[in-house]
Amino acid sequence: MQGASIAINDLACRRGDRLLFRGVSLRLAAGQALQITGSNGIGKSSLLRIVAGLAPAFAGTVASAGAIGLVDERPALDPALTLGGALAFWRQIDGGDDECHLARLGLESLLDVPVRYLSTGQKKRAALARLLGQRAEIWLLDEPLNGLDSHAVALTETLAAEHCASGGIALIASHQPFALPGMQTLPLADYAA
Amino acid sequence: MTGRFLPLLKRDLARLLLGGRGGGALLPILFFLCVAMLYPFAVGPDAPLLAKTGGGVIWVAALLAAILPLDRLVEPDIDLGLFDQWALRGISEELVIAVRVLAHWLSFGPPLMLAALPAAALLGLDGNSLLTVEIGLLAGTPGLAALGVTVAALTAGLRGGAALGGLLVIPMAVPVLIFGAGSLGTGGESGLALTAAASLVLLAIAPFAGGAAVRAGRG
Repeated sequence: MQGASIAINDLACRRGDRLLFRGVSLRLAAGQALQITGSNGIGKSSLLRIVAGLAPAFAGTVASAGAIGLVDERPALDPALTLGGALAFWRQIDGGDDECHLARLGLESLLDVPVRYLSTGQKKRAALARLLGQRAEIWLLDEPLNGLDSHAVALTETLAAEHCASGGIALIASHQPFALPGMQTLPLADYAA
Repeated sequence: MTGRFLPLLKRDLARLLLGGRGGGALLPILFFLCVAMLYPFAVGPDAPLLAKTGGGVIWVAALLAAILPLDRLVEPDIDLGLFDQWALRGISEELVIAVRVLAHWLSFGPPLMLAALPAAALLGLDGNSLLTVEIGLLAGTPGLAALGVTVAALTAGLRGGAALGGLLVIPMAVPVLIFGAGSLGTGGESGLALTAAASLVLLAIAPFAGGAAVRAGRG
């Protein structure tokens, strides 16, 4: 996982005819984590989507090295399939075959349950399993703690810490406190346009 | 590339052909047979008239049946965030759309050709007309599949997208319909060739138009 990096230069984002933020510049090297904070609608998710290359930047540049994994409010798992089947699809796409993180995320007993019957927190944990299976260097987590119980919150924080310790980058957009040693914070309100 | 092609095709076929909750290929086929069954009731048991117009009815029914699964083709995957996850893994929208065209065709083209056999019997078509209809469907349905997926990608996320999609497909399917149904009358073999040509044009455009539509729909 060496050599992962994100470089954002003078970034601005526009949604519709509203300028959300401007002048955001930051640099993340391997092993670093950053939490983007701010109230609802300030552009945290938009910033992550721009970094992921899923949305265009209004101004400025984003350069990143390393594969990008994204967890947002949509788990990207087929609702009609069982959890095991839906995760197996991503295992085929990502080419991994390790299932050791399923037990850790407490998903083993849910593998036969259709995804549409899972609770919000269970879907979030399933999305984390998908992310772990992707083995991406850069993690983009959009409100990763939404719907999780206190045990799962601690687990998510541990997973992010382990990811950074092994040379990964975590970029977290959340209005909730996220405990991660050595993490910097970026209050997006400072850049509001 | 092939490592990703197969899982995508397998997933699409499981959704579109076998269906699960959406009904898969069964619903359009039953719809197609219903139209073929209703037509003789509506025009009366005039065998020469049925045999003369039956081929055209099969074509219209096939076109309408191809419209039925339109809302399941692209929009659910955008809503679920699957297209975003694919993009992050370097799987282009064009590849996904191309695979979807193939899966959509497999889930309604060959079943429709099978269902055309009982439909031809209901309408009293003779053997030669049936053969022309079958070859015409083989040539034309890939184009209809490509058109359906393209329009589904264009209308994904719009309010009333499914109804609008149906309205958009019909005029653009007119060339395939004219040449396909025309091959039964005056068109003959050249009609079949032109059906295949119209089909190929739609097939060539679909991945790029559909892929661009999915990307443009991302806010």
